[in-house]
Amino acid sequence: MKFTKTLLATTALTVAAGAAMADDMTIVSWGGAYSKSQLKAYHEPYSAKTGVNIINDDSSAEAVAKLRAMNEAGNVTWDVVDVVAADAMRLCDEGLALEIDPDTQLAAAPDGTSASEDFGDLLVSSCFIPQIVYSTTFGYRTDLVGDTPPTDVCAVFDLEAYPGKRSLEKRPINNMEWALLCDGVAKADVYDVLATEEGQNQALAKLDTIRDSVIWWNAGADTPQLLADGEVIMGSTYNGRLFSVIEEQKQPVAMLWDAQVFDLDGWIIPAGLSPERQARALDYIMFATDTQRLADQAKYISYGPARKSSAPLVGKHESLGIDMAPHMPTDPNNAKNTFLYNYEFWADYRDDIDAKFQAWLAK
Amino acid sequence: MAALTPISRKPMTFVLPIVAIVGAIAGMFVGTSFGSTTLGFFMGAIALAGLACVYVNLFDNERMVRWFHIVGSIVLGYLAAGNIGILLAGLFGWFSIWFIYWIYEGRYRAKLLPYLTPGQVLWHYTFYVICGSIFVFLITPILVVMPLSFNAQDFFTFTDKMLRLDPEGYSLKHYQDFLGLREDSNGEWLRSFWNSLKIAPIATVISVSLGTLAAIGLSQSHVPAKRAIMAILISPMIVPLIISATGMYFFYSDLGGFMENSLGMNKDFVGYVKVILAHAVLGIPFVIITVTATLVGFDRSLTRAAANMGAGPVTTFFRVQMPLILPGVISGGLFAFITSFDEVVVVMFIGSASQKTLPWQMFLGLREQISPTILAVATILVALSIMLLATLEILRRRSERLRGMSPG
Repeated sequence: MKFTKTLLATTALTVAAGAAMADDMTIVSWGGAYSKSQLKAYHEPYSAKTGVNIINDDSSAEAVAKLRAMNEAGNVTWDVVDVVAADAMRLCDEGLALEIDPDTQLAAAPDGTSASEDFGDLLVSSCFIPQIVYSTTFGYRTDLVGDTPPTDVCAVFDLEAYPGKRSLEKRPINNMEWALLCDGVAKADVYDVLATEEGQNQALAKLDTIRDSVIWWNAGADTPQLLADGEVIMGSTYNGRLFSVIEEQKQPVAMLWDAQVFDLDGWIIPAGLSPERQARALDYIMFATDTQRLADQAKYISYGPARKSSAPLVGKHESLGIDMAPHMPTDPNNAKNTFLYNYEFWADYRDDIDAKFQAWLAK
Repeated sequence: MAALTPISRKPMTFVLPIVAIVGAIAGMFVGTSFGSTTLGFFMGAIALAGLACVYVNLFDNERMVRWFHIVGSIVLGYLAAGNIGILLAGLFGWFSIWFIYWIYEGRYRAKLLPYLTPGQVLWHYTFYVICGSIFVFLITPILVVMPLSFNAQDFFTFTDKMLRLDPEGYSLKHYQDFLGLREDSNGEWLRSFWNSLKIAPIATVISVSLGTLAAIGLSQSHVPAKRAIMAILISPMIVPLIISATGMYFFYSDLGGFMENSLGMNKDFVGYVKVILAHAVLGIPFVIITVTATLVGFDRSLTRAAANMGAGPVTTFFRVQMPLILPGVISGGLFAFITSFDEVVVVMFIGSASQKTLPWQMFLGLREQISPTILAVATILVALSIMLLATLEILRRRSERLRGMSPG
């Protein structure tokens, strides 16, 4: 009897204590160094300002699938989600993300420029609040490429000058563009050519020439590991990963910025939140995407802030003390020859070219 | 075992080819690491056979030759590969000189029965080699992780410094990262470890209680449709986890919605309840199976005797039946614990970030950054698993002893 009473009392207390606690805010991101940079630049100052406790969930990789499931089950547990622009577009089209009016719901630049002008054409979807510009580019082992280090992206396809393995992402996006560019197609025509059957075959034929020397990667961490091992002499990955390999891990690796492909990463707010949670999420977004906060994030990771007004405020790395501006993919020295991820093209052709690419891989 | 068979020295035509084969295999490994497998193969064969020839024909003092050979190997190893060479060459030197005399003096025959044919002797040792290879095959992937977890770099790479056994190539920083002692560690590892330690024991207690009761109930002769019930209870073990997880996701999100909205419970608390219940369901089949197995050897007349002496069913269960089936209950509990502790699929579906368990964190770490902290955690988990298995084995022996199945 006594035991039962104690048990009941404890249970009642736990439930009561639980109910009394304020709800936390769950923010979903990619994990690793990227989440850490957001924690330092956004979450900590926001918690200090408002007292809201923020929980970090590293589920961005499966964000689309999970948001669909949550929506179906009618229980959305996420408050703010970090996704790449392409995912944001899908979520927006399916009605799973909240539409945002940049001029009323985002902070203006310090000089009064409206948010829509400050972000400019990076506002690629009405649900998407851009945060950073990152690029997919190549890194190479300085000690394994001989006396003439590569300066343009076609070195990847040049097995004579640079024999050895290279790592490429296991998907057609970016690889097809690079292949055409190095097969003599002018940069302006790349997507016109890639839209045709012959163009796709041409790109695959170019990839065929290095096929035996390619190690295909799936996760952003693969190429840094392969470069550190010396298993590949060059490989594509996100520029922030290469920055960490070069500056933090001190590996003999250098960047090949040529023909880097810009992509955007940013926030969405899931549709279907309760009014209080939605208001809180909007307040967080207003705070976390203002000019100073975006510039602050660059102290922890080498991704470029999405606002034009943030660029002059980018300072030194928090622990390494080096100037971050030259490591930004958007720095003029690095951005001499760039692509912007072509969202419309890939939205239309992705399934088709994906199937072809996979068939080619399996051949 | 004492010597069974008188031994005699073997002719050179017998010794040299065998020694040459061993030398060739060793040479192949050395050759591969220096770039030429074929060259290593032949050099190894010639070198070891040549040495064997010199040793057994020109010297009588076996002890002296042994020391000479081992010291010589170590010096050569050091010249070729530095510190790690001392270790490897020393080991191989010790083995190869033992092997040469083992063959030459015919010692390999000493402990075998005298009437075995050469074919049977060969098979006897081939069998040992096969068993040894299987053991190596099973254990190497686990062992290779351990030195890597002391890597001073943030990659899964044996660096030059590590291979030279240079202390600078090793560090405890990944263990510090796990424990949250480093400046840049965010405490996620420790938090998820504590989450696992909270979820697994509670889920285990629930699985053990329900599983044991189910097993006892199903062992009664008057229960109808026993097999069907058993099959349903064991199904979480048989149905692919991803399917259970999807089903559980929708079931538990309704349940969680009810607990949060209608009962007004805290979101975190509900999250833990959901994960614990799901893990308990996954653990129940293991308990049922192990307890059912122990109940097979349980003597039913004991419960009737207890009833005869006035004990109620509950007293009988706790005083008579439980102590006898305890080993089965505990090993079922250990399996249930490990199931929950290792589980990553269901928790990713059902849990939210506050319920992140250790396997989930390892999965994320592997996908996002291949951090050697995973290896440090793996090493710690291997140590924990060894302790759990040792407990299991000790319990098993105790139960056998109690039931008089083995002496001592």
